[in-house]
Amino acid sequence: MFTMKNYVQASSLEEAYALRKKSKKNVILGGNLWMKMGSRNIMTGIDLCSLSLDRLEENEKEYKIGCMCTLRDLEVNESLQKEFNGSFKEALKHIVGVQFRNTATVGGSVFPRFGFSDVLTILAALDTSIELYHAGLIPIKEFIDRKLDDDILVNVVIGKDGRKVSYQSHRMTETDFAVLTCAVSCKDGKYTVVLGATPHRAQIVDYVELADPNDEKQLETFLDAIVEQVRFGSNMRGSAEYRKAIAKVLIKRAIAEISE
Amino acid sequence: MKIQVLLNGKKVEADINPNMMLLDFVRTQGMKSVKRGCDTGNCGLCTVWLDDKPVLSCSTLAARANGRRVTTLEGVQKEAEEFSVFLAKEGADQCGFCSPGFIMAVLALKRENPNPTAQEMKEYLAGNLCRCTGYQSQYRALVKYFGIEEEI
Amino acid sequence: MDKMKHRYVGQPIIKKDAKALLSGKPVYTDDLVPENTLTVKLKRSPHAFAKIKSIDVSKAMLVPGIETVLTYKDVPQNRFTLAGQTFPEPSPYDRLILDEYVRFVGDPVAIIAGKDEDCCLKAMKLVKVEYEVLEPILDLKQSLDNPILIHPEENYVAHDGQGTDQKRNLCASHDESEGDVESVLASCEYIVDEHYRIKAVNQAMMEPFTAYTSMDLYGRLLVQSATQIPFHVRRIVSHALNISKSQVRVVKPRIGGGFGAKQTAVCEVYPAIVTYLTGKPAHLTYTREECFISGSPRHEMEVHIRIGADKTGKFKAVDLYTLSNTGAYGEHGPTTVALSGTKSLSMYYGFEAHRFAYDVVYTNRLSAGAYRGYGATQGIFALESAVNELAHKMHMDPSVLREMNMVHEGNKFTHYYGETATSCALDRCVAKVKEMIDWDKKYPCYEVAPNKVRAVGMAMSMQGSGISNCDVGTVQLRLNDDGFYTLMLGCSDMGTGCDTILSQMAADCMGCDLDKIVVYGVDTDQSPYDSGSYASSTTYITGMAVVKTCEIMTKKIMKAASEILDIPKDNLTFDGERVFSIEDETIGITLADLVTKLQAGTGEILYAQASHTSPVSPPPFMAGAAEVEIDLETGKVTPIDYVACVDCGTVVNSNLARVQTEGGLVQGIGMALYEDVRYTEKGNMINRNFMQYKIPTRIDMGQVRVEFEESFEPSGPFGAKSIGEVVINTPAPAIADAVYNGTGLRFRTMPITAEKVFMGLKNK
Repeated sequence: MFTMKNYVQASSLEEAYALRKKSKKNVILGGNLWMKMGSRNIMTGIDLCSLSLDRLEENEKEYKIGCMCTLRDLEVNESLQKEFNGSFKEALKHIVGVQFRNTATVGGSVFPRFGFSDVLTILAALDTSIELYHAGLIPIKEFIDRKLDDDILVNVVIGKDGRKVSYQSHRMTETDFAVLTCAVSCKDGKYTVVLGATPHRAQIVDYVELADPNDEKQLETFLDAIVEQVRFGSNMRGSAEYRKAIAKVLIKRAIAEISE
Repeated sequence: MKIQVLLNGKKVEADINPNMMLLDFVRTQGMKSVKRGCDTGNCGLCTVWLDDKPVLSCSTLAARANGRRVTTLEGVQKEAEEFSVFLAKEGADQCGFCSPGFIMAVLALKRENPNPTAQEMKEYLAGNLCRCTGYQSQYRALVKYFGIEEEI
Repeated sequence: MDKMKHRYVGQPIIKKDAKALLSGKPVYTDDLVPENTLTVKLKRSPHAFAKIKSIDVSKAMLVPGIETVLTYKDVPQNRFTLAGQTFPEPSPYDRLILDEYVRFVGDPVAIIAGKDEDCCLKAMKLVKVEYEVLEPILDLKQSLDNPILIHPEENYVAHDGQGTDQKRNLCASHDESEGDVESVLASCEYIVDEHYRIKAVNQAMMEPFTAYTSMDLYGRLLVQSATQIPFHVRRIVSHALNISKSQVRVVKPRIGGGFGAKQTAVCEVYPAIVTYLTGKPAHLTYTREECFISGSPRHEMEVHIRIGADKTGKFKAVDLYTLSNTGAYGEHGPTTVALSGTKSLSMYYGFEAHRFAYDVVYTNRLSAGAYRGYGATQGIFALESAVNELAHKMHMDPSVLREMNMVHEGNKFTHYYGETATSCALDRCVAKVKEMIDWDKKYPCYEVAPNKVRAVGMAMSMQGSGISNCDVGTVQLRLNDDGFYTLMLGCSDMGTGCDTILSQMAADCMGCDLDKIVVYGVDTDQSPYDSGSYASSTTYITGMAVVKTCEIMTKKIMKAASEILDIPKDNLTFDGERVFSIEDETIGITLADLVTKLQAGTGEILYAQASHTSPVSPPPFMAGAAEVEIDLETGKVTPIDYVACVDCGTVVNSNLARVQTEGGLVQGIGMALYEDVRYTEKGNMINRNFMQYKIPTRIDMGQVRVEFEESFEPSGPFGAKSIGEVVINTPAPAIADAVYNGTGLRFRTMPITAEKVFMGLKNK
């Protein structure tokens, strides 16, 4: 069981960041789903819930998703589904249940960069940038490679660059953690492939060319090349060998969906 | 710390520990319908509404409910009964332990989407576990309650 | 009683407690705990096997709010079992409340009681334990005659007739045969000789183990607990505390599911000893993790089957040997294993020779217990898989092989206490499921898309109805003002609806409206003795006690009316509301008036009581068939349709019987496909919560369809048999065969995960 001595609703990001910097025992609160399961001794829980960061804004160029938006907010946003051919819904609907997704926040899901994250996998296949309070706006690829630090995730920004995307995952039960997640996007004939739950942090292979996805030989070479660049490991949900094998199946299915 | 919550339409003030969860808060306020079935946010038994949205009270800090509306099964008895009758007629209540959380999710679905398809309905309720019924009798009750005609 | 239309029996009556449950009333143990009750927490062993060298609670005691911290030095030293079974208990006495030895990861080391959970958890960290870590036995195949002894203690008590040998890690053993199995097997044209394994799956009832204890105004220990066995809890707590049974009272509120888990007194003794020693009320609710690591799961069993048939497919001989893992303690060890043979072999008829033998061994895993199906599940998975394999060997449709060899009404069972099938519609059940799933068209499989195949598989199942010559149900019926009855029961309704079912029977017997029957939860001080709700006994055993009791009550009503009306009994009739003269219907007395007169002192207040025990345990039967879709690229097996047809004798409540069946089937589907139990090398359970142990959700189960083929059991109330357990046994073997029919891969260990299928296909 975790303990928490103080609870503060921050009145500004500045205040939140200052508090966070003060001690490793001061933490930013997301949906608390993970924190509650741990046994951390927290000095101050910093809540960003009164900073109007639960908004999902959109203009002709991009979406701006506040860190306090819930996963459910992304799932039911019709514009997001339309823009990315329903892939957000597909990526989110397997996460436990509606009440869980109403509780989990975007910030809490993305910032820790969990290996199993469905959200991180889909975001990494898009023109996504992460706005951190201190480090500023950085591309998602860079964000994934960064060490976990004491910065604050403020917004997730997704560009509308017209790419097509498909999300696939394999799980033992419908609402379990994925054995493997996979998002493939395509823009101007170039593919970005993201594999998550490998079980390492989402890995991105981008700007890969595939001239004719209907040519089986070409496709097979493409798949082999991608999985060779990705590191697969074993855990209780699957072996490295199995993950590598089904990675090719999921990528193939994603490409077929995009090419439809 | 002090919080003020509109719990089932009544203003409630309490002095709580900062790490108190909403589940424990509502139970200490007498809302015993809210159950704890797991430690990991997976069972849906503790479902309550926070500003009308179904959330897991086991994972929501009570502090975060400060100044907001919290609704449990005790607060929607009439609305719940309209659906419960269908459950009872199918024998789908069984042990009843998962019923309060399940009913809160069903009523939330009804408000959000009064005419769901069978698939939408199942997916919306997938976070509510039940070990007694095998879900099939709940499904029969839901189909009647929502007036769904399609067969899956 | 003949088969006839009844007013309530056979109808889809709404459960008596439906309204309270569905409106969220505080009716469960945890809801009823008063404020200012001590919270109890257990410090548990991190080692699979160890001896406590030293334990120091002095620092823990200093934590503000802590009332007491107990260790093995503070508890009585007489051994007992937590299994809820009728005396003389078959399970060995091998437990103490706390022991110097810890025998699995999670075995309690100290009991901590304090004003709230926070202080208990703080204190838990401050209990300093020094262990002598011992090498554990984690694999059931390594246990027998291993030099490591799991129960070295001198005051271990084995019970007669179970084949127990403490010095061999042997909890129970048995070997029984008829005919010369070896020579008949040698003469068989076709033989299947394989091993099958079911893991120690968890019941996963939604309400965790929970108990609340206090001292009542007479200085007796009151135990309120979510239990299937209130009367056995009284005995177990008195044994554990070494106090008289008269000092213990057990009350059962509503229960949030049991499925056998709560047929073991998993947690009651811990708050009980706190209350006993401190005099203060105490309360313990297990976390979900504790329900997994220290609950009472199914016995892991490996079943070795050799079955042989002649060239036409007629079964000739079978040899079934079960190795069962009881874990660290022997709860239900000697009994579950017996069902793996008795309740599998008897589905088939006409063996020339058969043998059933078993060993039950101790290991350093948590103690197993009772889970719906109780050993029959494991045996039936093995036998039905073997029968399917035999059919494939012979290139025969497995349903046809079953039709050739199954038991029929009037047959003497192969291995079932010498009993005969007095009611059996198994043949009709098999025919029905074939029709329901369109077997002849779909068997063995068909392609639905490139790399996607759908396949079907089938299995049969049987169980018992109570334990013959052992289970006892007692019922009391009291006639009250206005002519309503109080039905006093000692069996535990755990959501199954037995309070309602037994009321339906009583209402039909007494010819009254259902709402004239009032039922009561169990209180060992108030309720008549009942061995408890397990072994599929309640409808059959306690139901018959209801019928008997009502007969007595009817006679008493007639007698009282006869005296008041001054008309001979034989000239009177009773229609449920009124007793009147056969010759002149206008002369008579209503039940309400009769009671008023009796209560005004003109006669004896009417009550009736009867007990029932049965010399037989007539099996319910069923057939089940699965249709699954197999993704040949990923190996994923998705349940599409599961059809089942059940013979439970007369269906007493058509809704509740259906829901029992559907619920059992989905638990079976979970066991077949999803529910995995894994341990680390050091014996630490990995799948210890609902995040890692996946029970089916409503989008995992596919569709489940249930029909009934009724038979009429002459020894049962209204012709009824049981239904609670038989329904869990078919999914594992049926799904395993469907997977075979779709892929050619045979799985003999559950669950069948996608990776196993994928690797199988790859290596084919």
